[in-house]
Amino acid sequence: MRWLKPLVFAASLLPLVWLGWQAAYGSLGVNPVETLNRTLGDWALRFLLLAVAVTPLRQWTGWAPLARLRRMMGLFAFFYVSLHLASYVGVDLFFDWAALWKDVVKRTYITLGMGCFLLLLPLALTSTDGMIRRLGGKAWRKLHRLVFPAAILGVAHFWMMVKADLREPVVYALVLAVLLGWRLRAFLRAPQRA
Amino acid sequence: MLIRPAADLRENDVTDQALYLDRRRFLAGAAAAGTLLGAGRGLRAATSDDTPTPFEAVTTYNNYYEFGTAKEDPAVNAPGRLKTAPWSVAVDGECAKPGTIGLEDLIKPVKVEDRIYRLRCVEGWSMVIPWRGVQLSEVLKRFEPTSKAKFVEFTTLADREQMPGLRIPVLDWPYVEGLRLDEAMHPLTLLATGLYGKDLLAQNGAPLRLVVPWKYGFKSIKSIVRIRFTAAQPVNSWQKYNPREYGFYSNVNPEVDHPRWSQANERRIGEFRRRPTLMFNGYGDQVAGLYAGMDLKANH
Repeated sequence: MRWLKPLVFAASLLPLVWLGWQAAYGSLGVNPVETLNRTLGDWALRFLLLAVAVTPLRQWTGWAPLARLRRMMGLFAFFYVSLHLASYVGVDLFFDWAALWKDVVKRTYITLGMGCFLLLLPLALTSTDGMIRRLGGKAWRKLHRLVFPAAILGVAHFWMMVKADLREPVVYALVLAVLLGWRLRAFLRAPQRA
Repeated sequence: MLIRPAADLRENDVTDQALYLDRRRFLAGAAAAGTLLGAGRGLRAATSDDTPTPFEAVTTYNNYYEFGTAKEDPAVNAPGRLKTAPWSVAVDGECAKPGTIGLEDLIKPVKVEDRIYRLRCVEGWSMVIPWRGVQLSEVLKRFEPTSKAKFVEFTTLADREQMPGLRIPVLDWPYVEGLRLDEAMHPLTLLATGLYGKDLLAQNGAPLRLVVPWKYGFKSIKSIVRIRFTAAQPVNSWQKYNPREYGFYSNVNPEVDHPRWSQANERRIGEFRRRPTLMFNGYGDQVAGLYAGMDLKANH
């Protein structure tokens, strides 16, 4: 299974490589800033759901090596969320900090998206082996449950941003609901482990 | 910043497309160089004119939900599906001479003009489009609206055979828009049949669409099959969908935000930096009088 992690790592970089390629060749479409921002947001949400999906998938398939991908998926989620935020602040708003602050306090979907980023930040910072040791497994696991509210905020952010056609956000919401439902069931069945 | 009143923009202001593309390429190069040099602030100055948006962009980046909700959908789904000939428009309601009239007969008696207008979408992007069409007032007069007529309601074609987007109940089809009669009779209001000197493409609302340049783009209803004079204010589709976010008037107004985003600025398609949005999309000189004394926030 030595190939698994490098392969998934390389595959996870493909969306970024593809975006960079399109940007370099001016093929991001008629509204390139919007395309860049939306595509980064799409992948941020996908990796966030993938990170949440790793454990349920491992339990359903019984394929133990999947566990080794969980940290990587979580960090890629944070990576794409950060790029999404950077493109919004740096490219879309062009570092107009006053406009950013107005957006954050006035626009609920921006507030939620920012909340998602802030919840993921401590998780990324405590993702190293050293931090796991320092925090202790129990406290670390507790802290990293923040990924669940972060995923909810991410889906809500997308849902509220959409103008009228809710089909896409509904798909993300359903996937998240199944994943969270599974976790909740496991949690309720084994309260002593909580 | 120089903004010419668009009514003064004439056909010979339309830059030849090839020349235009060259200029755009030069600007794109200059913009890229500017970014590299960290001279981002100068960018806006370099592109702050009202140069028409390239034909390619105008015809591939569209909101026409009857053909799909993604911007690229209408250009893919509408041509070949939307049957624009023969085309007729039913005119009825509060008027002395109602009737169903073929497109040719509707347009023929009226002088066809080329007019370059800014188009500001409620989503926060904008274009500059050289339209071809007729002044709506000239078209409406012949139906002799009565004194009861206070509004004009427009309806888009709704045909499941031709419009795959109708299968998804995103909006309550058919698409409906409306204007106050004086807005409809305003000399800036255009009934467009073409752009860039050619007939309208299906994705742009062929064969006949409204263009109201001082209002958000969704007011400029596409592929019109019915025009009705009414005494009561029509309920337009987006207002029906979400009255908090979309009103009847929907005048471009940088001071009245959409609940979910600011309307203070816009991204002109082809430009990198956002530019400030102008009151009434820059047509205040001509249209502000229509709304004298009105609360523009309450009547958004």
